[in-house]
Amino acid sequence: MGFLKNIFRRAAAVQSLPAGSLTVDRHGAIVTCTVSSAYPATLLVAIGHEIMVLLREARAAQLPLTEISLHFGSLHITARELRGGAVIFLLPQTAQSAAPNPPRP
Amino acid sequence: MLLDDDADWLALCRELLSALPSQPEIFTATTAKRALALLETESVRLLVCDLKMPRMDGLQLLSIVRRRFPDVRTVVLSGLDDEGFRSRAYALGVDLFWPKIEMQRDAKQFNDCLESLLGREGETGFRGVQSKSLMDLIQMECLARSSTVLRIQRGPLVAKLWIQDGELLDAELDGVRGEAALQRTLAWQTGSFENFPPEPERERTIHRPINALLLESAQSFDETSQLVAGESADAEESAQHRRTMWKLSQLTRESAEFVIAIPASGRGEPDALGTQNAAEFSQWATHAEKISRQLGERLGAGPLAHLAGSGLERKIVLMPRGEKIFLTGWPTDADDRLAEKTKKISAAWDF
Repeated sequence: MGFLKNIFRRAAAVQSLPAGSLTVDRHGAIVTCTVSSAYPATLLVAIGHEIMVLLREARAAQLPLTEISLHFGSLHITARELRGGAVIFLLPQTAQSAAPNPPRP
Repeated sequence: MLLDDDADWLALCRELLSALPSQPEIFTATTAKRALALLETESVRLLVCDLKMPRMDGLQLLSIVRRRFPDVRTVVLSGLDDEGFRSRAYALGVDLFWPKIEMQRDAKQFNDCLESLLGREGETGFRGVQSKSLMDLIQMECLARSSTVLRIQRGPLVAKLWIQDGELLDAELDGVRGEAALQRTLAWQTGSFENFPPEPERERTIHRPINALLLESAQSFDETSQLVAGESADAEESAQHRRTMWKLSQLTRESAEFVIAIPASGRGEPDALGTQNAAEFSQWATHAEKISRQLGERLGAGPLAHLAGSGLERKIVLMPRGEKIFLTGWPTDADDRLAEKTKKISAAWDF
């Protein structure tokens, strides 16, 4: 009966983590991007949008920030304010990474 | 199931694991993708995986496994013996982290741990996250006459308790051993624990029965809480003053400008020291944590460890810790170990 497994085996859906950089304008729209085109654009737009929201709300809360880093279990997102928009670096934290918490660039 | 991109290592592990008394059926995979496919089709109880692998690495795989196959026990066997990777792996919910070099050094202990993990599956009982006080936990181990080494972690602080046949042999915390280490550990209100195989040869430093020690500790807590909850306004004020002084000393020791501890549920007042803008900062921190967490979930990037920010006026770190979100502020010339320092402050906050 093992042949049934081969027929009905589902491919494991795995979404790789984004690696590269992007720049966004003040509204969070992507201006330039070096992330693989295979990566869903909607997720990149979401990253740009949320980063701009974080920076904008921090300013409104009297906590102005020029740089922000989100450290997730397997991805670091570093964003630097740039002429009203931001440049965003996406660094997957694989085991090959030099250190779990690399120093700021 | 064994997962490692090194086929020779896989063969070695396979040979080692075939010596387990329970004689488990062993599957091997050299890529994370293959491992996920096997998990879909086979009944796998235990996954032993490497961290450093091409394409999808172990950490990413583990976050998927914890979500999609919550019943599978997970063990990380890695060549990267680094506390950072260890805590990241445990944050993803793995059952055990074991450096490869230690496995080669003490294969028997590694096998004992695996056998114990496999064995627990067959036993009756429940598996899940225990949420008990440390006293309950120790009492349970002793009543069950267990033999184990309990490794208890509270942020950056690690304590170990050696229990043999229900008797507490030794305790160690921060270089301190014996009853003093036990009493300091029992004061912890939160933390996590792991069970390691027993070490019966451990030198005994605690000779009094565990019940007497626990009773003594409980009495001391009761006296403290009675003092806090007492009717005397002076006593309450004095206790409050002591708590504030303790928190201030933590703030000063780490050179932080301010600390705000915000209830993650959104209910209750934030506990702030060193800033007049606590309300505005707390509001931002709560929303920022929510946005970041949701973004992490959407990207499949794992839990948010912390958010760091810097501006012309100060640096900040936002860190979710248990039921609280900590926001710390630092001078602009502060070094880069701010996340570590925030972790220390948060660990000591409710001490």
